Amino acid sequence: MTRRVAIAGVGISKFGELWEQSIRDITLEAGMLCIFDSGIRGGDIDAICIGNMSAGRFTGQEHLGALAADMGGLGNVPSYSVEAACASGGAAVRQAYMAIRSGEHDAMMVLGMEKMSDVTQTEAMNTMSVASDWEWEGLGGATFPALYAFMARRHMYEYGTTEEQLSLVTVKNHANAAHNPYAQFQRPVPLEVVMKSGFIADPLRVLHSSPISDGAAGLVMCSEEKARELTDTPVFIEASTQASDTLALHDRKSITRMDSVVISSREALKKAGLKIDDIGVIELHDSFTISEIMQMEDIGIAKKGEGGKAVEEGITQIGGNSPVNTSGGLKARGHPIGATGVAQIVELVYQLRGEAEGRQVEGVEKGMAVNIGGTGATSIVHILGR
Amino acid sequence: MAEKGVAQVWRKIRAIYNIQGNICKTCDTHFFPPRLVCPNCRRKGQLEDYKFKGLGNIHTFTIVRQAPEDFKRQMPYVVAQVELDEGARITAQIVNVDPEDVEIGMRVRACFRKITEYGGGGLIVYGYKFEPVLKVTGHPYP
Repeated sequence: MTRRVAIAGVGISKFGELWEQSIRDITLEAGMLCIFDSGIRGGDIDAICIGNMSAGRFTGQEHLGALAADMGGLGNVPSYSVEAACASGGAAVRQAYMAIRSGEHDAMMVLGMEKMSDVTQTEAMNTMSVASDWEWEGLGGATFPALYAFMARRHMYEYGTTEEQLSLVTVKNHANAAHNPYAQFQRPVPLEVVMKSGFIADPLRVLHSSPISDGAAGLVMCSEEKARELTDTPVFIEASTQASDTLALHDRKSITRMDSVVISSREALKKAGLKIDDIGVIELHDSFTISEIMQMEDIGIAKKGEGGKAVEEGITQIGGNSPVNTSGGLKARGHPIGATGVAQIVELVYQLRGEAEGRQVEGVEKGMAVNIGGTGATSIVHILGR
Repeated sequence: MAEKGVAQVWRKIRAIYNIQGNICKTCDTHFFPPRLVCPNCRRKGQLEDYKFKGLGNIHTFTIVRQAPEDFKRQMPYVVAQVELDEGARITAQIVNVDPEDVEIGMRVRACFRKITEYGGGGLIVYGYKFEPVLKVTGHPYP
């Protein structure tokens, strides 16, 4: 009989350009906060799992598992990091889920982090490009935003998705982030401003893209038994799934959907015994606003090709049928790559515990997070419940 | 950086100078870049070298206005996914055209160009770009 896996505590650093803090500082901050939130004794944590994409290139430091154990004073606990590009955080959560569920570990700390502002913007862009098929897409001069622009252009061509619809995703996510004290951009942005911001790769503009960010997020995950000792408000992981797709976007039959998201979300709902309408709050991976629209369709809250229209109708707003990215999403909360997948879970836990002040969805029982890597070559889905 | 080494470009010269990929004789699918294993047939696959004709249509495209160092001098430039006549899709720049005139479905053909150079004393990489058909390659006048 496998056991249920719970989240006993969460912690998150401020997201943004944190010039005064190093990768050690933010890692320690998120780690301490999730330990304090859970009330667990440091000595009861029996393993650490890190989600990080590219600290070696962004900061010159690797071996973050050992770094976290050392900085946190956790001494000799086993620790390691996992990498799945922008889905590294989700991958770390899933590794811990499997380790606890199997009985190998009882209580783990999961940390996701990225420190991106120590390098120039150009270097940061180069590093992000390695999440795609660097050798064969990068060779043609296709930057990471260019690949998402490919999807956006094609989505507009096939389904009539408009620039305004792409921009409305930004407006919604910024409006939500205005109430998130950890978000990088805690301010609303008007539609006209989004639609007049400069192009980075047509049809995508600066304000359709997630920023370069520093930040870390942490969870204390444990067995149900341990969680009940620690807290009256444990949140449970009801499903954890993952799927892959071709590394290069040009090898996909269709570039207006992400099969990895379709497969992993469908499987997660099946494992949790739920339908998509049962999910009260959703965190999607809006690295660019087109990806939020595509994922709305891929997980089934909008029909294929109608994601843009659904945004217009407001179904993804707080108070709508399927609120998406109450945290502000990658666009406005910020996207420190390795931290993102963990930060999504942190937001769902706040929502499920009723602690998302100013952006709380009423009566929410279940939440879903979709964390993707590259252009959808990895998709990791978690469903959480009270 | 590791990815700017000579050997890394040199070992793909055959593929990027000639648009040489492969074809699986079992399922009749063309691949570019060449694959080591046919993803459809796996161990039953039979891969043979195949030189693409270099003709196709634009499947999707963008105009890049923020680029990494190696491509900065070319900005703004058009990059596209070209659906080759044999079926594979390839990511490449589109040249010899006003960016505003590029559209989905446009007929294009491959041309041989300098792709980038790795800094002042670094490697110069050559390979494929694409241009609209019915234009004289590299000729500045109509």
